[in-house]
Amino acid sequence: MLRSRLFEEAIAKLWGDGLISGEMHLGTGEEAIIAGVVAHLREGDAMALDHRGSAALLMRGVDPVLILRELLGHSDGLGGGLGGHMHLLFKEYLAASSGIVGAEGPMAAGFALSAQYLHPGSIAVAFFGEGAMNQGMLMESMNLAAAWNLPVVFVCKDDGWSITTPSETVTGGDLNERARGLGVPAVRVDGREVSEVWEASRSAIERARSGQGPTFLHVRCVHLEGHFLGFQLIRVVRHPLREMPEIAVPLTRSFLRTGGAALGERLTGLKSVFAAVLSTLRDPRRDSANDPLRRVRPNLLPDPVRLKELEDEAEKEINKALATALGEVPS
Amino acid sequence: MRAMFFTQAVDDALAQAMSDDPRIIVFGEDTPLLRRNLLVRFGPKRVRGTPISESAFLGAGVAAAMAGLRPVVDLYMVDFLGVCMDALLNHAAKVKAFSGGKWTAPVVVRAPCGGGYGDGGQHEQSLWGWLAHIPGLTVVVPSTPADAGGLMLTALQHDGPVIFLEHKLLSETWLEFLGSGGRRTVKYDVPAEGAKGAVPQKWEPIPFGKAVLRRAGRDVTIASLGVSVHRALEAAQTLEKEGISVGVLDLRTVSPLDNAAVCEAVEQTGRLLVVDEDYEGFGLSGELSAVVLEAGKSFKYARVCTQTTIPYARHLEDQVLPNKQRICASIRQLMQKC
Repeated sequence: MLRSRLFEEAIAKLWGDGLISGEMHLGTGEEAIIAGVVAHLREGDAMALDHRGSAALLMRGVDPVLILRELLGHSDGLGGGLGGHMHLLFKEYLAASSGIVGAEGPMAAGFALSAQYLHPGSIAVAFFGEGAMNQGMLMESMNLAAAWNLPVVFVCKDDGWSITTPSETVTGGDLNERARGLGVPAVRVDGREVSEVWEASRSAIERARSGQGPTFLHVRCVHLEGHFLGFQLIRVVRHPLREMPEIAVPLTRSFLRTGGAALGERLTGLKSVFAAVLSTLRDPRRDSANDPLRRVRPNLLPDPVRLKELEDEAEKEINKALATALGEVPS
Repeated sequence: MRAMFFTQAVDDALAQAMSDDPRIIVFGEDTPLLRRNLLVRFGPKRVRGTPISESAFLGAGVAAAMAGLRPVVDLYMVDFLGVCMDALLNHAAKVKAFSGGKWTAPVVVRAPCGGGYGDGGQHEQSLWGWLAHIPGLTVVVPSTPADAGGLMLTALQHDGPVIFLEHKLLSETWLEFLGSGGRRTVKYDVPAEGAKGAVPQKWEPIPFGKAVLRRAGRDVTIASLGVSVHRALEAAQTLEKEGISVGVLDLRTVSPLDNAAVCEAVEQTGRLLVVDEDYEGFGLSGELSAVVLEAGKSFKYARVCTQTTIPYARHLEDQVLPNKQRICASIRQLMQKC
């Protein structure tokens, strides 16, 4: 988990420095989920990843230098510099990412179908957010997995946000009930606690391996950087003086323009914009209790020497990977 | 005259239309945030957010249009149409034919398109040729703020489905949202004329299927659209110094296509270069050659398009998307052909 955190912090720095282009979706805050699940995977198992798949690949054993070289756009990167962070593929581990929300569902179902025929006992894991739960192809895949008794573990990393919209405002019913309605047993897990995720995913994966079909793990977490780096509402909170005028000036002008809704409707609209900004202020990502690394660290405190050793080792490894990827030391 | 940024112009024209026509509603993923300026003027009943359920909300947009509303459906990117193509392919495009011309679906699908900011091959496609391939769909690809606003007004008055594509390099909001994310450490090759420009005081509709000649030329006609129009204009300037006179025709809509304008321009120059950011095979560039051939013209032809999946790496991406160097090289070759 610490390796992954340091790795993604290094990625954030490269992105901030402009060495990585386009969007950047980090998985900081969901490390306990990925670690708790990936720890159970073995040769022949597959992973269907979303647009924040770097951590899962790293924890599965992919060389961090390969991932970093890919993100930097080099021809010796994981995908020859052609894929980028949302489209990371690694054939040897049957690991495929997609930037299309919900695409992990059919992908995991297909990996699992292949496992049923070619490698009985192997399984497929799908990682996706709760926003993807409203995507038809994911719901269809859960039904397919139930109907065909496919060895899939559907891992829903629920941070409460569908891109930049609060999920509760666009979601009907309960996600666990929804999964059960499709014939997939559902388990609710605290995604901030790696041991809880580890236990729950062990049962789900064993169930799949032994031919008892799919499981849905509903795992709550908090994404420490929101949907992606540079998300405007988080920027407004962090740098209000710089960011606020760019939003407030056109907003006020538009609010005052003649033609359009009555004042009451306009005020309701304005309130919802304020609510979005305020929700970022009250953001759970500011509460360190929601950081899975901070929660797990005390478990290791009784052996400070070992803890320091582990932390130093992780830091050294990631620093070396970064230096290698940047060409500062020979690989 | 006022000056506006590209997406600001589209939103302004949309706001003008919304003010005149209460049937227009706007919805899509994150729309309350992305269209917050419309939200505070028209209220949450007319500007609303959706779940990440493209098949449902685009399909609903089509049917709502059939039943009397004029929905503007915001899609995050044209690439994501892959998730919900059925609503356009099998429904929106077919209603008029299936009803014997008695019923239509006046829905506007608004989607960012195009590359040049390093977001990778699932997020930077153009796909207008793929869409225009389907009879019954209108496909709009503006290249300036003034055109974008005027064409949006026409889209909102049109009696059938319109796909309105905004190139992300021209759109100040999309490029900020997806490309820079508040960073000052990245730079993209944004054509200034396309990103900001003069717009009319009050928006007037610009008819579909009417190309505009951005630059007159005697030797070669470039037919293009979107960001590529600006790349073509840059190339034309360079080639002028070499004594090659290049005209640039901005198609503005892929469907309907202004066949007459293309044929007329090629008639005068005898050479056609299509600069199209969309994929090369089975698309707009081939269509244009067919149009001119069917008109019985004799001409020399070349195209500069995207031939492969768009690479993530910026330096590779710049080679794959149409650029000034490729356009110039292609024209020099066209001039040598006898």
